[in-house]
Amino acid sequence: MARTLINVPPKAKKGEVIAIKTLISHEMETGYRHDNVGKQIPRDIITQFVCTYNGLEIFRADLFPAIAANPFISFFTVATASGTIDFKWTGDNGFSQTETANITVE
Amino acid sequence: MISRDFIGLMLRSPPCPQGEVSVSKHVAAPSFETPALRRSPQDEGGGARSILLICALACAMTSAVVVSFAAEIPLNERKSGYEFMGPESRAMQDDDTANPASLWVLDGEALWKRKAGTANKSCADCHGEASDSMKGIAARYPAFNAARGRPVNLDQQINICRTERQQATPLPLEGKELLALSAYVARQSRGMPANVTIDERTRPFLDAGRTTFYRRQGQLNFACAQCHDDNWKEKLAGAPITQAHPTGYPIYRLEWQNVGSLQRRLRNCISGMRVDNYPLGANELVDIELFLMWRARGMPMESPAVRP
Repeated sequence: MARTLINVPPKAKKGEVIAIKTLISHEMETGYRHDNVGKQIPRDIITQFVCTYNGLEIFRADLFPAIAANPFISFFTVATASGTIDFKWTGDNGFSQTETANITVE
Repeated sequence: MISRDFIGLMLRSPPCPQGEVSVSKHVAAPSFETPALRRSPQDEGGGARSILLICALACAMTSAVVVSFAAEIPLNERKSGYEFMGPESRAMQDDDTANPASLWVLDGEALWKRKAGTANKSCADCHGEASDSMKGIAARYPAFNAARGRPVNLDQQINICRTERQQATPLPLEGKELLALSAYVARQSRGMPANVTIDERTRPFLDAGRTTFYRRQGQLNFACAQCHDDNWKEKLAGAPITQAHPTGYPIYRLEWQNVGSLQRRLRNCISGMRVDNYPLGANELVDIELFLMWRARGMPMESPAVRP
């Protein structure tokens, strides 16, 4: 399982714009490299990242081989209601990782 | 990139050697960056070099190159590599949730508590909470080890603990687990001043490290000090040269897309100098580490830092 680091403010005022930061450990092997005997190293990347806020999708990103290892994704949303923010990364070789953060909106 | 540097070197030097060539302090130097294959610590500076290299070498070998060393950097003019970075890279280091090395710190925290070896002990079983027991420790390494009769760096000390206290196999140098543990331990020293102990036991090793730092060596007849003492205000292939203060190790280096130790970085530089490289864990590298930490004495620790 990949190591992740999520930064969601635990509390926000209703209507406030909040920053969400996510970091996940992943090699992001491009598929374009060759090893020391010339054999191609197969592609192994995260291909998609989705964030849902109380079940509603608020952010989605497609990832490609040019994205560096350990992808850091940061975006903004409006704090509408208390609840959970779910994160899901999916990728090559059946890679799948989910994380959840809680937010209290006052 | 390599080729471009050598073109730079050749443009600034007379075409080819007839008699003595005096090289100014601002002569372009070969790149220490090896962009080829990313993320392979064993691969620093490998790969094919161009004909330009041979030309540059021919120039270097048949010319009597005269360079005088500037003095050591005055204490109040020392700058961390952080101060040479752009705002984006600084922002990555300033925010632990944006610094990819935090992933290694979290792994290190888990390893700290994991039992290992035939002694079935974890680091925490002896040392307790790292936030207390490891505070300031990384700032004091390399430190003298009586059993070995010489200074050891933090990675070596972790492996000494592993083999002697946990009775486990040593972790591979530059492996993910060792880097995670050293990042976690070094994190506990953040903000504390670099403070290696120099006494009659460690001084010979400090002097050995200093000698290596100032000694011209390798195919380019080049010393560390020529860049890091004399030309730190200059740039190399567009990138700042910096003063080589090792206060942020292990670092997350964007070029590596990985965390790496000071030894990996030193080997990176040394292969750029076309020197027959020291293997990971070599005593010579630890001596250089000791000298560099002494040279950075009093500067705040930033581990794990982000560097381009």
